[in-house]
Amino acid sequence: MPDVINADGTVRQDEWVVVPRPEDGESLDIPSDQPALIPADLWLAGYEHFTGNDRIGVWFDSHDEPEIIADKVNELPLIGVNFPRFVDGRGYSIARLLRERFGYQNELRAIGDVLLDQLQFMKRCGFDSYVLRADKDISQAAKCLNFFSQGYQAATDTDLPLFRRRAG
Amino acid sequence: MYVYDEHDRQMAAERVAQFRDQTRRALAGELSEEEFLPLRLQNGLYVQRHAPMLRICVPYGMLRSDQLRRLARITRDYDKGYAHFTTRQNVQLNWPALEDVPDILADLAEVEMHANQTSGNCIRNTTTDQFSGVQADEITDPRPYCEIIRQWSTFHPEFAFLPRKFKVAVNASEKTDRAAIRIHDIGLQIVRNDAGELGFRVHVGGGLGRTPMVGPVIREFLPELDLLTYLEAVLRVYNRYGRRDNKFKARIKILVKALTPEGFAEKVEAEWAHIKDSPTRLTPGAIERMKGFFTEPPYEALDNATDLLARQRFENRGFDQWLSHNLDVHKKPGYAIVTLTLKKTGTPPGDVTDQQLEQIADLADEFSFGEVRVTHHQNVVLADVRQDRLLELWEAVTPMGFGTANLNTLTDIICCPGGDYCALANAKSIPVAEAIQRRFEDLDYLYDLGNIDLNISGCMNACGHHHVGNIGVLGVDKKGEEFYQVSLGGSSHHDADIGKILGPSFAREDMPEVIAKIIDVYVDQRTEEEEFLDTYRRIGIKPFKERVYA
Ligand code: HEM
Ligand code: SF4
Repeated sequence: MPDVINADGTVRQDEWVVVPRPEDGESLDIPSDQPALIPADLWLAGYEHFTGNDRIGVWFDSHDEPEIIADKVNELPLIGVNFPRFVDGRGYSIARLLRERFGYQNELRAIGDVLLDQLQFMKRCGFDSYVLRADKDISQAAKCLNFFSQGYQAATDTDLPLFRRRAG
Repeated sequence: MYVYDEHDRQMAAERVAQFRDQTRRALAGELSEEEFLPLRLQNGLYVQRHAPMLRICVPYGMLRSDQLRRLARITRDYDKGYAHFTTRQNVQLNWPALEDVPDILADLAEVEMHANQTSGNCIRNTTTDQFSGVQADEITDPRPYCEIIRQWSTFHPEFAFLPRKFKVAVNASEKTDRAAIRIHDIGLQIVRNDAGELGFRVHVGGGLGRTPMVGPVIREFLPELDLLTYLEAVLRVYNRYGRRDNKFKARIKILVKALTPEGFAEKVEAEWAHIKDSPTRLTPGAIERMKGFFTEPPYEALDNATDLLARQRFENRGFDQWLSHNLDVHKKPGYAIVTLTLKKTGTPPGDVTDQQLEQIADLADEFSFGEVRVTHHQNVVLADVRQDRLLELWEAVTPMGFGTANLNTLTDIICCPGGDYCALANAKSIPVAEAIQRRFEDLDYLYDLGNIDLNISGCMNACGHHHVGNIGVLGVDKKGEEFYQVSLGGSSHHDADIGKILGPSFAREDMPEVIAKIIDVYVDQRTEEEEFLDTYRRIGIKPFKERVYA
């Protein structure tokens, strides 16, 4: 079971597993005993079947378009966004869209090549849990989530860009 | 000039602490080289031919004298006693040790400087016209908008891992463009609409490098208050849809081309519609507040020193030449804009020693309210010099090596560090610049030739802007040997254009002669009022080809 880091830096464990996209000809392999994140388009394709199941969430890959489930996001207990490589910054935009445009309220998790030095950016874009790449030192997560005590921009952690806060 | 408040100071200090921690983890092996790479680049640190190279940010080219003195001390304490002014209005150090960089950043932070986002695939230093605020024909001072963009882009959580580097430039003059906005990823031209409201004409998708392009207009008028939300929309579209599969196709220009400018503009408008009225929308108060940092220095009420200058020029030919070339008209009577050219033959363009940095600081204090500007031509500007003190200034700068009266002439060469410093180079570029400068040492001849932009890059990354030189020189590698390709007709101004390649490349020792032949064609063919570019545009490339390859 992976260690999950919360936005406040504390660590917990949970049972959620990420189900990879099936190869051509294979079908989705959903575990029976654990809650699972499945590819978002497949969730949508099987919507009748999955809806209302609070042990099924979705994950997006970095090239996926979260728009496809825009009006349904809050039916999901958990959404994962995959960072296939830590330098692929598309997941940050996906997170902001989910939070700010589609109003997603539940847990948003960064998965994949998640490293320490990106955690604070992820937090500011709306992620509230993180599964660190296995070889990284989880004890440093809290520090890395808080390198900066504030930011210049409005983001999901603050509505007010610094120029508005300065205005008093 | 912008002055930090407690928020800026705190974030600068946190940034230094963060990089100190990252460097420690990198040295301890907790961060792989691959993982450390984007982190160090976002702190200005390249690994280069001889040592790390540190690119220090000079927001929109503005420097105070205390900052210059601090730079001088840093080059002395941590480097070999010189620095380099770049085409991005920044400063580079060529030899710092990796272990020292956190300390250098701490020293910089004390004088409100940093190296944030001077490299890497993020939003880089926003550049602008070095004459901002002092020229008569600008619509408004662009620097407050540059600082607004600087703050918005600094540590932007969504845009720190873009497909590729991203550069924004702003220009506010109606007649000239010294900021080369049309070869930037985003070029903002400040305009007024028919109703007299201030806004921006937005160019997106310009850039040099492997696939040079002039940025098309994607919005004719963007109201002032919408600046940041619109930039956010452009960046978000780019972040999501820019190519990441191929480093050479990852710049926004490739996306704009693939979608067509109209198609790209539509996507941006669709994105913008959602965030237009978000809290990121600027407020009149925020703009006013920022303008408060760029107010006029305490100018005295003066008259133009016309008679005095006429007399001094008559008595001193060197002074006369310098005034004719390195001086620009100031919006205030009795003042002048002076450009100190760092293009003395034998010194790499843009290079300054620690002593020279201190001399420039002294000159700034003595003659220009303690401030200077760095130009993308790798020169330095004293923007507010009293006309009745110009002679005194000229006498002071000449022995320092800044009196070369060649601004905008053929020997005011833009030149990248090339093979002498840069690990990516195909060829050296500094010795080529020097050889050309030597070939054209006769100042009278140089003046007769008028304005010519000669730009040299050591490889196709185009750090020396060769594509937009009226004459461009590009170092190429042929079976391990250095050759130089020449292009003609480029421009980075309002009439921006990418130069055309003349033909097969040349050996280094032939370069001065090749340039001389190109110049001969111009001299033979020009009409009285034509500049080099005008003649080229009229007669085309053929006559040049015929002469050079005859
Ligand atoms: C010595 C270390 C340097 C390295 C390794 C380096 C690297 C690069 C690379 C890889 C590019 C191509 C980017 C692309 O096409 O996407 C580039 C472009 C550029 N660099 Fe450098 N550079 C260096 C120094 C400089 C210096 C000293 C200057 C200024 C004098 C400079 C200014 C620029 C500019 C203006 C561009 C073109 C921007 C554009 O394509 O729009 N660089 N550089
Ligand atoms: S143009 Fe090429 S050689 Fe010159 S500095 Fe840039 S990367 Fe280096």
